[in-house]
Amino acid sequence: MEVYLLHLFNSLSLGSILLMIGLGLAITFGLMGVINMAHGEFIMVGAYSTYVVQKTFMDYLPKSWFDSYFIVSLPIAFVMAALFGYLLERVLIRHLYNRPLDSLLATWGVGLMLQQLARTIFGAPNVAVTSPAWLDGGLTVMEGLVMPYKRLFIIAMVIITLTSMWYYIYRSAAGRRMRAVMQNRNMASCMGISTRRVDAMTFAIGSGVAGLAGSALTLIGPIGPSIGTYYIVDSFMVVVLGGVGKLIGTIFGAFGIGFANTVFEAWSTASIGKVLVFLCIVAFLQWRPTGFVKMRSRSLDS
Amino acid sequence: MEVILDKKRSKQRMIFYGFALLFLVVMPFVLSEFRLDLLTKFLAYALVAIGVDLIWGYTGILSLGQGVFFGLGAYCFAMYLKLESTGGKLPDFMEWSGVTSLPWWWKMFGYAPIAIILAILIPVLLAWFLGAVTFRNRIKGAYFSILTQALVIIVYTLFIGQQGYTGGTNGITNFFTVFGFSLMDPDVKLVIYFITVAFVVLAYVLCRRLVNSRFGNVLQAVRDGENRLRFFGYNPATYQTFVFCVSAALSAIGGMLFVLNVGIISPSMMYIVPSIEMVLWVAIGGRGTLIGAIVGAVLINSAKSLFSEAYPDQWSYFLGLLFVVVVVFLPQGLYGWLKQRSASWKWMNRSVKKEVALDESVIGAPSGASDR
Repeated sequence: MEVYLLHLFNSLSLGSILLMIGLGLAITFGLMGVINMAHGEFIMVGAYSTYVVQKTFMDYLPKSWFDSYFIVSLPIAFVMAALFGYLLERVLIRHLYNRPLDSLLATWGVGLMLQQLARTIFGAPNVAVTSPAWLDGGLTVMEGLVMPYKRLFIIAMVIITLTSMWYYIYRSAAGRRMRAVMQNRNMASCMGISTRRVDAMTFAIGSGVAGLAGSALTLIGPIGPSIGTYYIVDSFMVVVLGGVGKLIGTIFGAFGIGFANTVFEAWSTASIGKVLVFLCIVAFLQWRPTGFVKMRSRSLDS
Repeated sequence: MEVILDKKRSKQRMIFYGFALLFLVVMPFVLSEFRLDLLTKFLAYALVAIGVDLIWGYTGILSLGQGVFFGLGAYCFAMYLKLESTGGKLPDFMEWSGVTSLPWWWKMFGYAPIAIILAILIPVLLAWFLGAVTFRNRIKGAYFSILTQALVIIVYTLFIGQQGYTGGTNGITNFFTVFGFSLMDPDVKLVIYFITVAFVVLAYVLCRRLVNSRFGNVLQAVRDGENRLRFFGYNPATYQTFVFCVSAALSAIGGMLFVLNVGIISPSMMYIVPSIEMVLWVAIGGRGTLIGAIVGAVLINSAKSLFSEAYPDQWSYFLGLLFVVVVVFLPQGLYGWLKQRSASWKWMNRSVKKEVALDESVIGAPSGASDR
């Protein structure tokens, strides 16, 4: 019984991490259709921002303040990654909107440069971020089942991010403009919406969410220049499996992959587990080639 | 008029081919042994590049998983070479990992013909499987690229995880002979070089025939207007799957020649970065032109080996920048750029005006009106 509950919790935890990363992609890839391979590097930007904030707190501020550093680092990680995203959209992606495969290659190049930049600044070895004391320990539910506070915190973070994103996209004026541009660009432009500004803002927000994800990853383990590579493909798979255009698809994709991964890895080895997850995704796509949610459309190629 | 132009062009082309072949034949007598080794390696890569070009340049499908096919081909052949060097006994890395007897499927690779056939067959079957389950469902574009990249990751993890059978992170190495000849012997190396050259030339000639045929036209139609093709009654999935298999086979042959020359294959050689670099070779040389793919592969790898000998750290910056610059400023690669330049020179000479107009409409700006 405990074992099953533990698996359930672990898959929930892995799913929430994947969802955190996938949410950013759901915006940039799902809504805008841009394949941003540098998304993983925005995660890295967020993670290193957290590291820098922690270092600053440790070196320059009173010791009693240290525990609050993580709360401070979250908005900073968001803004840093959003800034990088804004720049990338303005300088590069804007020119490649009609060439998705080319934007994939170009952003991959950008990601490579960002990785090397991190290696130059912070060094190639991983750095560890000391997590605040109030996140140590865990909640003992029963004998043999302890839920670490860190994992619970990440799950809470995902729920908050998801709610605010839902509110932003579906209930705010800016979100309405965003949906208008993504659904019918020309008409939105006729209505006086600055589509370029909306593009840049949307992309920045999607990147910022990646920064938050990076911040969350510092709680789980050490971070390094290539941290993005570990997660990027999995999180793209989340979006592919979930389908584009609706948040519910991303949620399904993230927890689906999280669950499959945990179960298969417990059942076989880590490497065989990955193969099985991949086969499951391919099998699922046989049934639903465009992912879990379907956007109804009359156009031939969507 | 056109006939004359065609004749003039084919004459130019013949001269170019002549020079290219002369270059390849002369190189062994000019280059040091070390550089010749590198050139052999680059030419093995060129085979991979031809495969990438067929599927990406001509058919418009971006596969980020060519490294897997390359690696599988290389691994299969390396297994044979390993068994030849141990005389059919248990390879060293298996002992270290606690495997006590040779698995039956390893034994099959002890026979050269079987190993060579499997080295091509396994990658082709994998490509066929992935192609059959994706193209039939019209999974394409970025979705397909992401699936191929996921394939790279799982094959990589699998090969590292199954250390007892694949040699883990170290891969398969420590073999010194092939069919009884020493791999260290300069004469043998020269023969390997010419075998590689022969394969590149053969692949070029065959693929050129393929893309210039009716079949090639269909491939380009898949790239430019898949739905129109479907309305004509063609099934794009068949063509896509076939060309994916061909590109896998070319990558596998490239992998076999690679392992013969370099003497090691490890999982990191078929991971994400090498796989995507293969696309860059074609992008630089000129997608949709076979000669561009070959030149791109040799050029980029020469630059890489020169560059990273001097500044190992800066290569990543350079590689990343190259991706951005090529995609934004040189979408047709060096070949397209040269063609455009030569067209404008001709215009200055006012020799053949009509041809310029014709050429520019072919090269032109990237199609698809922008509405952003």
